[in-house]
Amino acid sequence: MKLWHHYHTPSSIDEALALLDHYGGQARVIAGGTDLLVDLRAEEGEPFQALVDITAIPELTTIETRNNQIIIGAGVTHNQIVRSPLLAANATCLVESCGVVGGPQVRNVGTLGGNVAHALPAGDGTTSLVALDAEAEIILNGERRWVPILKMYQGPGQSLIDSTHDLLLRFRFAPSGKGEATAFKRIMRPQGVALPILGCAVWLRVDGDTITESRVCIAPAGPTPMRVNEVEAFLNGQPASERTIHQTAELGQKALHPRTSKYRATADYRREMIGVLLRRTLTLAVQRAQTGAAVPEGVGM
Amino acid sequence: MATINVTVNGQQIEREVDESRTLAQFLRNDLGLTGTKIGCEEAECGICTVLVDGVPVDSCVYPVLKAQGKSIKSVEGLAEGETLHPIQSGFIEHGAVQCGYCTPGLMMTATALLNENPDPSEQDIKVALKDTYCRCTGYASVIRAIQSAGRELRGETPLPVNDPAVSEPMHVISRSVPPQEVRAKVTGQAKYTDDITFPGMLYARTLRSRYPHAKILSISTEKAKALPGVQAVLTHANVPGENLHGLVYRDWPVLCDTVVRYMGDAVAIVAADTEDLAAEALKLIEVEYEPLPVVADPQYAHTAEAPVLHPEHPTGNLLKHIKVRHGDIEAGFAQADVIIEREYHTPTTEHAFLEPECAIGVPAGYPDHDKLTVYVGSQIPYQDRNQLGLALGVPEESVRVIGTLIGGGFGGKEDIAGQIHVAMLANATGRPVKMLYTRQESLVFHPKRHATTIRMKTGATRDGKLIAVQAELYGDAGAYASLSDKVLTRATTHATGPYAVPNAKIDCFAMYTNNVPSGAFRGFGVTQSAFAVEQNMDLLAAELGIDPVQFRLINAQKVGVTTATGQLLRESVGLIETIEDAWKDMQAHHNGDGFRWAWRDGHKAYGWGIACAYKNTGLGGGAPDKSEAEIEAFEDGTIEVRTAAADMGQGLAHVVAQCAAEELNLPYEKVRVLLCDTDLTPNGGPTTASRQTFVTGNAARLAAVALRDALTQSAAEMMDVPPQTIRYEEGLLRSNGHQVEMGKLVHWMKSHGLTSRVRHEYYAPKTQPLGSGGDMHFAFSYATQSALVEVDMETGEVHVLKIVSSTDIGRAINPLMLQGQIEGGIVMALGHCLTEAYIIEDGVPWSRLLARYKMPSIKHAPEIISHLVEHRSEAGPYGAKGVGEIPSINTTPAICNAITNATGVRIYATPVDQDALLLAMKNGQTELHTAWQHVR
Ligand SMILES: Cc1cc2nc3c(=O)[nH]c(=O)nc-3n(C[C@H](O)[C@H](O)[C@H](O)COP(=O)(O)OP(=O)(O)OC[C@H]3O[C@@H](n4cnc5c(N)ncnc54)[C@H](O)[C@@H]3O)c2cc1C
Ligand code: FES
Ligand code: FES
Repeated sequence: MKLWHHYHTPSSIDEALALLDHYGGQARVIAGGTDLLVDLRAEEGEPFQALVDITAIPELTTIETRNNQIIIGAGVTHNQIVRSPLLAANATCLVESCGVVGGPQVRNVGTLGGNVAHALPAGDGTTSLVALDAEAEIILNGERRWVPILKMYQGPGQSLIDSTHDLLLRFRFAPSGKGEATAFKRIMRPQGVALPILGCAVWLRVDGDTITESRVCIAPAGPTPMRVNEVEAFLNGQPASERTIHQTAELGQKALHPRTSKYRATADYRREMIGVLLRRTLTLAVQRAQTGAAVPEGVGM
Repeated sequence: MATINVTVNGQQIEREVDESRTLAQFLRNDLGLTGTKIGCEEAECGICTVLVDGVPVDSCVYPVLKAQGKSIKSVEGLAEGETLHPIQSGFIEHGAVQCGYCTPGLMMTATALLNENPDPSEQDIKVALKDTYCRCTGYASVIRAIQSAGRELRGETPLPVNDPAVSEPMHVISRSVPPQEVRAKVTGQAKYTDDITFPGMLYARTLRSRYPHAKILSISTEKAKALPGVQAVLTHANVPGENLHGLVYRDWPVLCDTVVRYMGDAVAIVAADTEDLAAEALKLIEVEYEPLPVVADPQYAHTAEAPVLHPEHPTGNLLKHIKVRHGDIEAGFAQADVIIEREYHTPTTEHAFLEPECAIGVPAGYPDHDKLTVYVGSQIPYQDRNQLGLALGVPEESVRVIGTLIGGGFGGKEDIAGQIHVAMLANATGRPVKMLYTRQESLVFHPKRHATTIRMKTGATRDGKLIAVQAELYGDAGAYASLSDKVLTRATTHATGPYAVPNAKIDCFAMYTNNVPSGAFRGFGVTQSAFAVEQNMDLLAAELGIDPVQFRLINAQKVGVTTATGQLLRESVGLIETIEDAWKDMQAHHNGDGFRWAWRDGHKAYGWGIACAYKNTGLGGGAPDKSEAEIEAFEDGTIEVRTAAADMGQGLAHVVAQCAAEELNLPYEKVRVLLCDTDLTPNGGPTTASRQTFVTGNAARLAAVALRDALTQSAAEMMDVPPQTIRYEEGLLRSNGHQVEMGKLVHWMKSHGLTSRVRHEYYAPKTQPLGSGGDMHFAFSYATQSALVEVDMETGEVHVLKIVSSTDIGRAINPLMLQGQIEGGIVMALGHCLTEAYIIEDGVPWSRLLARYKMPSIKHAPEIISHLVEHRSEAGPYGAKGVGEIPSINTTPAICNAITNATGVRIYATPVDQDALLLAMKNGQTELHTAWQHVR
């Protein structure tokens, strides 16, 4: 079964936009294709007139630091992220989340941009980008601009951008500074689709024994990814202790109202997992912040 | 079209390609490199893995133009000339190749790993191969093969082969010789059905039902026929013979005419110039349906208000009521001091053989084909031929079925799939026609393992003796009978477990529903009843205060016991030894610290569980069980064994070759095997019921004996010596200083008008039908397994750390490959316990994608310690019994018993749901009656 007719591999952003324009909505952006092609086949719909592959555009495939910001191209693969020492040290959670996407074959071609543009409320890359307070650079209706990561999500599977027309270019966020650390963990089940029952990424700044700032993302906890404000507000100013972590876990369980989703998890189980994940990620992040050492955990599992 | 420039296996290639091609299609269809296999096209199974610039990718979702300017390596590029790559020789040496369909993908993924890390730990291998699946091996041999190849690449000696200990090895029997065709499988040269093409070949697709149950009001094919490139569109009106097929009951339409009974039902078939055109034509066929009420539940199917799905069936939706009566059930329970009664549920499960169904029909008169010929990877070639003859309305001898290599079957390739359809289309178009099912179609279409509800009541006396078993089973047969009758009979007759039970009353109701049909699947119904039997055993043991191992030892079947079907066991009952083996290893695990059934460490709970099993070898139940084999000796000193018995990876080919080599005292390499060609090979019967080693093994052995007699006679004449003085030594026939090479002897025989070809028809010992008492089966295999599990008390996640297994198989004809069967069976059953359920909602499959049906990946593979027990079966070849199914029977209850011991929660439904397990632990519940599929 044909899924597309023509295939283009532009080498610049302008060329990509021109191609999308040329097909007038009948062409779609492809990065790794690990979501797009699998969905197309499952839906058995009409083939696209063309696919526009953005992974040969140099700007979109590099990881760099500029003006104390880490910049990651939307076409950077999960595997590139996993192998980046820069990210392991400065965005540990992102390495941990991209490190559990699919298997090596999927990580070798699947991209961070694809994960975000697919707009699932619990994409693993997404969860960490939210905790990192990243921004996304897009070309929306011809206009190039940076938007906060959360703005990218309009509903389950609904992105701010229309991938037959717009482009996601890059992500940027601040590297972990002194006393700052991140962690990501998720809960899977061995049956059914490869989507997490629940994922959790945290970013913390610890000053001595006190947590001075935090960002927490737990997903899926709604139709789009979101931060857990109640937890963040509570954490800031608390001692970096086991007791705080336990209190936070309980608070998180009260604050969020997860849903039961068919063949994935019950609301009750998800509520339990909120506690487990908060305890596990916060403990790890505090440890990392205090020691300054961060070795990504669970990559490839 | 676009131009592509790539390097493939070191060779620069520039070509015009269809832009919509995937890399897999480009390699297979445009370059003819069919070593790369396609299993799902969903980025799930990983068997299509190739390296692009050294990095593994799923070529099925990789647009070919993405590879522009890059370097691609596929399985064909691994060997250098005749020299195999260490990964290839490693896979052969360590027995990591069974059906071979996954092998290229596994090897490519592993090669990428070794290039980067030539000394990978087991964990590294699990990470690298996490999404590259194998359904046959259970992965233990794969891990060893990769580590061994790593050593070789590092210039060290390869790992020694983990060859299991066996007793009394012979010349070739009980030796781990490599399986047949293994070299072709590791080099990508092996041809499975979809790897075969013919000039002028058309591509076919099937239009399937849109509803689980509906009346067909009209079918219009005009628009589809009008599409240029479409060569034939056929419906029920074009079925020349009987429009029904079926292995036991002929109730399954070749093409539906008035009614559809499940979503996989075929309504029309199309042959067109390309696959895309065939797919497009399907959309143009107009079918008007009137949806009918759906019968989705077997117990509902049994009620008076349920619509009757097969009005012609005398007992309505009740396909069959199967009964076992033994002793006096009421008196039995009256004597019982403790009685346990529980209800268990097992779901529908899917074979997930990695090669989807494929068949090619070639019309009579096409070059090299004087008959209508069907190429198919079938488990039952002669029955296929029979069904083809009936549906086509021609004598079956006018059709030839050629069995191709099978990329896994496990029982799922016994029923007719595309065989009749491609034959009809080949006849209609006069051209060869290939019909390859997509994975998604395969999931919807083929018969699965029966979902069951089992109510089981077991009674025992205070001294620990089982006294009575009463059980009621409901089995979901689905829309058509397939092998339900036989499978559920096995579930019923094995429902006492492998124990001495003086009183039994077991009733099984096989029910028609509008779900996917259920049929044969490794374990053949016994898997389901063992789940209930072995948990009731633990419950009883606890109630009696007897150790579960002791309790099983007390009740274990042994020689002299009469089974619930009235069969007196006279020989070859090695159960007690298997229990003792397992118990020894369980204790050894604790290094003398004292054995514990359960313990805790932080938030992890650990537990051991044990379960026993038995499984008949052969059809039994009074069905004549025979197989025929032919052997021919050639002038070059080789021999060929021919039989139409399928090798779907389980290894029948090497078994018959070993039997022949043994009898003729020939080197194994001198024996070739030709399987499954209804014109060239005699009938070996179905590959089912773990029967082939026993039945066809015997046919091959006895054919070899007959050939030896003929050779001896001729040699005696030729050398003028008494025949009784002739000895066979490695291809030579010797007698007191005289000798002749076997090849020379064959030459002599030919020149004297004598034949060097013999046939033997072997009849297995007679059996009795159920209900008549006496021997229902001619042999049983026995097994005990223990599982060690770890449960995360915070998340409910379950990991199986270790499986200890001991299996009485009579004789290990090929110990290493047999161990592979055991490991593969264990991991498959682990999947049934923890990962797998085929979900169907009101007749509509939810599990229509492989992404929704997870089988165990390498990361689930536990450490497996397996022992072989060899209580010879007198009639078996060299004492062998069946092994194909037994290992997949008791793993699930062993794991569930372990979970109970670890957590205090008993599992009454599978696959184990970590969600419900956690909540049960939190809430202090001790019973879990829901499974993953109940999360809604
Ligand atoms: C077996 C398997 C396992 C998986 N496991 C996980 C998992 O564990 N966790 C997880 O989060 N995901 C998982 N995924 C999903 C998927 O691999 C990831 O979401 C991946 O990051 C998608 O990236 P891609 O480059 O392949 O996207 P594509 O499939 O190429 O694109 C996805 C969507 O984004 C659009 N798009 C992509 N890039 C751009 C761009 N630059 N500008 C505009 N639009 C764009 C496309 O048009 C498409 O709609 C899995 C997938 C498979 C097949
Ligand atoms: S992953 Fe490509 S065929 Fe299954
Ligand atoms: S050998 Fe791996 S799937 Fe058959």
